[in-house]
Amino acid sequence: MLQNLWKWLIIPLIMLGIGAAVVIYTVNNPTDSIVARMLTYERVFRVIREHMALLLVSMIGATIVGVLGGIMLSRPKLYYIGRVAENIVNIGQTVPSLAVLALFYTVLGLGFRVAVFALFIYSILPILRNTFAGIDGVERSIVEAARGMGMNPFRVLTKIELPIAFPIIVAGIRTAIVINVGAATLATFIGGGGLGDLIVTGLSVHRDMIIFTGAVIAAITAIFLDYMIGKVEERVVRWT
Amino acid sequence: MIKLEGLSKIFPGHTIPAVKDLNLEVKEGDVCVLVGPSGCGKTTTMKMINRLYEPTGGKIYIRGEEALKMDPIKLRLDIGYVIQEIGLFPHMTIEENVATVPNEKHWPADQVKQKVDEVMTLVGLDPNVFKSRYPSALSGGQRQRVGVARAMVSDPPIMLMDEPFGAVDPITRARLQNEFLRIQERMGKTIVFVTHDIDEAIKMSDTIAVMREGELIQHATPSDLLSAPADEFVSNLVGRNRSIKRLHLIRINEILEDVNRAKPISEDAQTEEIKKQLDQSDIRTVIVVDRNNKLKGIIGVNDLKRTTGEVAKDYCQDVSDTVTSDATLNDALSVMLELGEGYVAVVNEDDQYEGTITLGDLLNVVKEDN
Ligand SMILES: Nc1ncnc2c1ncn2[C@@H]1O[C@H](COP(=O)(O)OP(=O)(O)OP(=O)(O)O)[C@@H](O)[C@H]1O
Ligand SMILES: [Mg+2]
Repeated sequence: MLQNLWKWLIIPLIMLGIGAAVVIYTVNNPTDSIVARMLTYERVFRVIREHMALLLVSMIGATIVGVLGGIMLSRPKLYYIGRVAENIVNIGQTVPSLAVLALFYTVLGLGFRVAVFALFIYSILPILRNTFAGIDGVERSIVEAARGMGMNPFRVLTKIELPIAFPIIVAGIRTAIVINVGAATLATFIGGGGLGDLIVTGLSVHRDMIIFTGAVIAAITAIFLDYMIGKVEERVVRWT
Repeated sequence: MIKLEGLSKIFPGHTIPAVKDLNLEVKEGDVCVLVGPSGCGKTTTMKMINRLYEPTGGKIYIRGEEALKMDPIKLRLDIGYVIQEIGLFPHMTIEENVATVPNEKHWPADQVKQKVDEVMTLVGLDPNVFKSRYPSALSGGQRQRVGVARAMVSDPPIMLMDEPFGAVDPITRARLQNEFLRIQERMGKTIVFVTHDIDEAIKMSDTIAVMREGELIQHATPSDLLSAPADEFVSNLVGRNRSIKRLHLIRINEILEDVNRAKPISEDAQTEEIKKQLDQSDIRTVIVVDRNNKLKGIIGVNDLKRTTGEVAKDYCQDVSDTVTSDATLNDALSVMLELGEGYVAVVNEDDQYEGTITLGDLLNVVKEDN
């Protein structure tokens, strides 16, 4: 048990360690006074906090709305709308995240909330699509067997369809997270803050060290979240 | 028990009905087997009975009650259903799969457990081995047996079985069929059973319903179907060798009394006695049993010459295959053909010797019929 826990934790701990080491090193060894002024613990923690808030709020919202929406679209009455929506979503995915942010900026203006909202909308797409596709992909005979055994539609959904679609839904959430972590670095352009702040600042003052710090933390966050969700999924799905 | 009246189904967008004006009555405790070519509407008929498909016309009565007016969920909980595609739930263990209906019915957990073990054993799957596996770790035939176990676990009075033994090998299939018939004799369920195998239909059924292109062509007892097929189509379906097919209809224990019951000898019998018996035997073989009447082996004329010994157990050769007394005459015939012998030993479930059936006995039965 303890050994298992250790196995579980080792990779996240290593990643956390790398992140901490990079931050400590760059903050304590600034290449010049500009870097020293721009790269303080206070600033780094603030942007990490902002970044996490951007991610978590938009992801939680997108997961709830995406999964519920996907379920609704998979119901027989809305099924054909679902098929159409699936295609629209696929097209929507090809719009670059920067364009999405720009679009929301022109409509809603600047600020953290607008950024969260834009990320939320952008992350719904893969989750919605995968939830629908996952449920739609459950073999007809399995659903028919379940109904034939006397399960009501709600039981069929919760006991059969969702558990079988679960890995695909999780894959959608993972896709959304990876996209979201990248897109969240762009939030700074519309005043949303986050790790993008460091990167953009670094770019504007031509100091690679600042860019590097921001980019490393963003990358680690993406890998870390993806890894954790993968582990949780492994735990839950034992049948494949 | 189940009565279909003018039942029709036209799928949306189709013009030709999948099932057309079907009238069929299955009496309580009867096994009605639906046969017919692929696409003739057997599955569709079944799915209308448990209302997975809504009929476009006609009525269904179950115990005199109109099924189309009943709550479909309640209806289905009391109808065991073996779906053609097996349809096991891939994310649940075999135990959870089998326990589906009891769980839907909120049975107490220990009762569910006990019942699951019971039905799994019944279909020949050791609960200790298979219970915690997932369907992906089972062979096709094993999955199919789980499907059957899942359908019968809550003892439903009605069962719909869509090709339940399609994916198992002939030997296991014969065993499951015999097991099925044994259970059915005790339980007396009302069963609608689909098969492509006319031999299986003849063996398992009280009545056979022959369908073609959504219509019922003939509904009769297997015996009547064999002797008086309604038309060309039915007689083709039944095939030639109809008198041989009759062998499916007769169980060994029905004729065992009448045939010349070759007497077994004890494993301690002396050579002299064995010789005497061999001379009298029309199959030139004697059956050896132990003190508990358990089948020990056989001794042929040659065995006596080839080996030296004093008592029967020294000469006796192993028997590679036997039949049980509740098997059909056709099973006996298959074993004989497989062994290349003119006889087969009949034993009961505990391997105790009950008698011997010879090819001659089978010929007599076929002759009497004609
Ligand atoms: N859900 C459905 N939608 C449209 N058509 C269907 C549907 N199910 C069955 N059919 C059609 O209805 C007809 C009867 O099908 P059914 O499944 O009842 O045949 P079957 O007798 O069970 O065949 P098999 O022996 O191959 O299982 C077929 O022509 C089939 O294509
Ligand atoms: Mg079918």
